[in-house]
Amino acid sequence: MDSIAWMAWTLPTAIFFACIALTLTVMTWLAVAYPEVERFGILRIPTTRGDRLFISLILAAIIHLLWIGLVGTDTIATLPIGEEGFEVSSLWLATLISLGVAVAVFRTV
Amino acid sequence: MEKTVNQKAWFLVLPVFLVVAFSAIIPMMTVVNYSLQDTFGNNQFFWNGVGWFKELLDPSTDLGGRFLASLGRNLIFSAIILAIEVPLGIVIALSMPRTGWQVAACLVILALPLLIPWNVVGTIWQIFGRPDIGLLGYTLNSLGIEYNYVSNAFDAWATVIVMDVWHWTSLVALLCYAGLKSIPDAYYQAAQIDGASRWAVFTAIQLPKMNRVLLIAVLLRFMDSFMIYTEPFVVTGGGPGNSTTFISIELVKIALGQFDLGKAAAMSLVYNLIILIVCWVFYTVMTNAGAARPVKEGAK
Repeated sequence: MDSIAWMAWTLPTAIFFACIALTLTVMTWLAVAYPEVERFGILRIPTTRGDRLFISLILAAIIHLLWIGLVGTDTIATLPIGEEGFEVSSLWLATLISLGVAVAVFRTV
Repeated sequence: MEKTVNQKAWFLVLPVFLVVAFSAIIPMMTVVNYSLQDTFGNNQFFWNGVGWFKELLDPSTDLGGRFLASLGRNLIFSAIILAIEVPLGIVIALSMPRTGWQVAACLVILALPLLIPWNVVGTIWQIFGRPDIGLLGYTLNSLGIEYNYVSNAFDAWATVIVMDVWHWTSLVALLCYAGLKSIPDAYYQAAQIDGASRWAVFTAIQLPKMNRVLLIAVLLRFMDSFMIYTEPFVVTGGGPGNSTTFISIELVKIALGQFDLGKAAAMSLVYNLIILIVCWVFYTVMTNAGAARPVKEGAK
């Protein structure tokens, strides 16, 4: 593992990238298994599932940054996991909002 | 007979994927890793969560203040050079000859600044503007106009802007010229029959016909100027003070000067996000501009 020590991997970032890789794999499989045609939504531009995923990810990044900048990351709950408990940051609310926005994007854009 | 689809050709893309993985994907993942940690070197990292992002987006902190200030400077810089280069490029394109050997001469002269590498452009202007040995600096000071880009923020800005205008107006002019050349003569003949004035020909024929190339020009120049590093770094080094420290210069100072990899990584991710959004808008507008939209294609 010394050879990739410079990459400074952590469990959270590894999980994050694994989720991204999984999403891309599922999207590739979907594109092969269920080919689709472009459609025009509320933005009046032709979009495919991949475009809608891209828009959702960009919006998720913006929502998280706005949340960090405007609301902050205070602890909203402590889950009884481990000795000290697992503190849940309010940033997870931004994640929930992003998921909601992603659903809206996939249905309307 | 059912046709089979052979997807094996996708394997031919594999070398490109590997190159992109090494040059873009792996470094990008590393930057994401760095942005959530702190380090003092020697590959020892300490988890910091979203701390750097919090600092980055809070104007009251040192990092946030520097980031927002340099972002603001960069936006002002982009706005100024666009406001100068686009109208100037249009005027140059309109006044260029349409036939004869003069066309080739004009095109070569216009293309010259575009062929010069960024750091050379910076060096040219750095020497050109020096008050002691530079032609521009010496002449201005001899005329009684105090000019010193090393000590005066206004002079530094003026130098960087004039340098960018000198370097890149040609691009706008050449794009506009290409747009103008593609207008068929029939439009001008129709305008002549209608007795249209020069201004009417410009607003009703030339400008609408140039809108696609102008869009390319504006977006190319915006993205380029938003990522500008080499020229102001060579000429002013970001000074005097921080007056010409644009966002990429600030980023390099934090990453390589102070070795604050976490702060620099967080900053470069936000910077990257802004550029990604602009690129996406650029690509979407480019590919859809002028495309016929279906009347009723709401659903699949």
